[in-house]
Amino acid sequence: MSFVSYLLNGISLGSVYAIIALGYTMVYGIAKMLNFAHGDVIMIGSYVVFVAVNRTGLPVPVSILLSAAVCTILGVVIERVAYKPLRHASKLAVLITAIGVSYFLQNVALLIFGADTKAFSSVVSMKPIQLADGQLNISGETIVTVAACIVIMVCLMAFIKYSKAGHAMLAVSEDGGAAQLMGINVNGTIALTFAIGSALAAVAGVLLCSTYPSLTPYTGAMPGIKAFVAAVFGGIGSIPGAFIGGILLGVIEILGKAYISSQLADAIVFSVLIIVLVVKPTGLLGKQIQEKV
Amino acid sequence: MKKLLSLAMAGMLAFSVAACGSNDTPAANDTNAAPEGTTTEGTDNAADGAVIKVGGIGPTTGDASVYGLAVKNAAELAVEEINAAGGINGVPIEFRFEDDAHDATTSVNAYNTLKDWGMQMLMGTVTSDPCIAVVAKSAEDNMFQLTPSGSAVESIAQPNAFRVCFSDPNQGAASAQYIGENKLAQKVMVIYDSSSSYSQGIYETFAKEASQQGLEVNAEQFNDNKTDFTVQLQKAKEDGADLIFLPIYYTEASIILKQAADMGLETKFFGCDGLDGILAVENFDTSLAEGVMLLTPFAADADDAATKSFVSTYQSKYGDIPNQFAADAYDAMYIIKAAAEKAGITPDMSASDICEAMKTAMTEIQVDGLTGAGITWSADGEPTKAPKAVVISDGAYTAM
Repeated sequence: MSFVSYLLNGISLGSVYAIIALGYTMVYGIAKMLNFAHGDVIMIGSYVVFVAVNRTGLPVPVSILLSAAVCTILGVVIERVAYKPLRHASKLAVLITAIGVSYFLQNVALLIFGADTKAFSSVVSMKPIQLADGQLNISGETIVTVAACIVIMVCLMAFIKYSKAGHAMLAVSEDGGAAQLMGINVNGTIALTFAIGSALAAVAGVLLCSTYPSLTPYTGAMPGIKAFVAAVFGGIGSIPGAFIGGILLGVIEILGKAYISSQLADAIVFSVLIIVLVVKPTGLLGKQIQEKV
Repeated sequence: MKKLLSLAMAGMLAFSVAACGSNDTPAANDTNAAPEGTTTEGTDNAADGAVIKVGGIGPTTGDASVYGLAVKNAAELAVEEINAAGGINGVPIEFRFEDDAHDATTSVNAYNTLKDWGMQMLMGTVTSDPCIAVVAKSAEDNMFQLTPSGSAVESIAQPNAFRVCFSDPNQGAASAQYIGENKLAQKVMVIYDSSSSYSQGIYETFAKEASQQGLEVNAEQFNDNKTDFTVQLQKAKEDGADLIFLPIYYTEASIILKQAADMGLETKFFGCDGLDGILAVENFDTSLAEGVMLLTPFAADADDAATKSFVSTYQSKYGDIPNQFAADAYDAMYIIKAAAEKAGITPDMSASDICEAMKTAMTEIQVDGLTGAGITWSADGEPTKAPKAVVISDGAYTAM
């Protein structure tokens, strides 16, 4: 029975990783860059909801929309100011810039909101489901997070498959130069990707903080890195891969903690990253792309 | 484009050099001024600007910044009060605080910066791990060091170092004794942070003392994942623990309490001074903490006049309710003042001479502070004061 309970906890944790990983993988798939500031955009999104709900008393759905709007603008501004000028620079330069943006956001939050922890009140009002005489307990947050994750994944895949902008994204991800020659606005498409990815970050932030209700300027950092591992695990650039990678990583972390060692849990998670990179660098669902000469 | 970049870089370089320069100059001037003033004037130091320079180190950024900021604010408050009341034997204190981001290397750099500035005594560092690194340096220099809150044993391993707070072993043993003597539990589960020497230190002595008290102790750790505690709580449930001991900080504890409530876990919770501050977390549902017991030297809503005036001044100045770290730092400044007056410290003394005089004075003074009445020190730097147990009821700390 406790195994099932651990499994459920793992899925709960994994669904949070998955929803963050979706943002990572989208941006990587199209812009071919690791947006390490993604975790911190999540943190900013959570603060916006926190302030909107607790300090100004806005209703929860309005707060989430507001947060999505703020994150979208933030994402586009970050892309325009920090990443666009480096479009043709080396990958390393972009990566370092992303880490810089990440620290910048953390310290801005530290200045505005202070260092002390805020208790985030859950936006999910659903009652936990109790199974087997209360032995098993599925929290409302877990159900909502998994559901939201699946809905977002399906919507994203449909958007890419059926909309014009989605086709443009696919084209840019395959060959940016050729896409431009075909008349696709490459910069616009990348900006759109950041906008969508950042709006997702707002949703991820709300769900992360509803499940684990403490909010500090560093809330997004560790889940962000774990979600990055999840994205690589599932195959970076692949949307269903991010979902599967996230869930699996959460389950591995919780089961490792329960049955191997609570001290080694994080070591186990990061050794997954190393093993994946050694054995199957493209991840579970990643595509093998031939380098053209 | 490249030209623009190199221009910008050159500009930044020039700026940083200029910034360094402006930091250095007053420091150099001050160190010269101090001896001159005292040789000519002798007693009336305040008139010619001689000051006693006290440095402070702690994390004002990073994830331990809540402690560093509390210490910095409270220390500055205490310095203002002391200077307004005439300083140390008529000499004002000049206080400068450096950030160490809760990192040992940065902390040693901060220590060196303060030394260049002309620091004569150190009030710091705030957190245990950086303190261990800095105390090795300050011992070499024979610099008097008083840490408000570095509670690890090694934090004051050197003869020049003293502390205001309890040591970790002290807290762990006191908690186990309290639980055993008051028959609060038979089976205890400890959830501790194996990446923090604070938490680990308390756990080790707790386990030792608890077995002497006849308690059954199990332990679960966490380190980098400070958000998900479902596994540890599930294990407590399976073991049938009737008390969970939390020698950790309140950020994690607030999540543990929430997750325990979600799981329908009905155990008692007992913590140490790290849990102090949990009620001040903005928007925290205090009903979750109902019945949580903790050993702490300071409670912000205590009734005595000193605590009340400190809390109201601090709150009006910084907008927050001070936590235990703030109280420790406030006490630390007054302890420095008491010991310096006893030792007859003058601004012209070298840091090493001050240290020698302070070391003797510390064992002779008795201080009534916010964190304890009649605190005395032994030569190894440990304070003697009685821990207070409080229980959270109706959203407030109440003495047990």
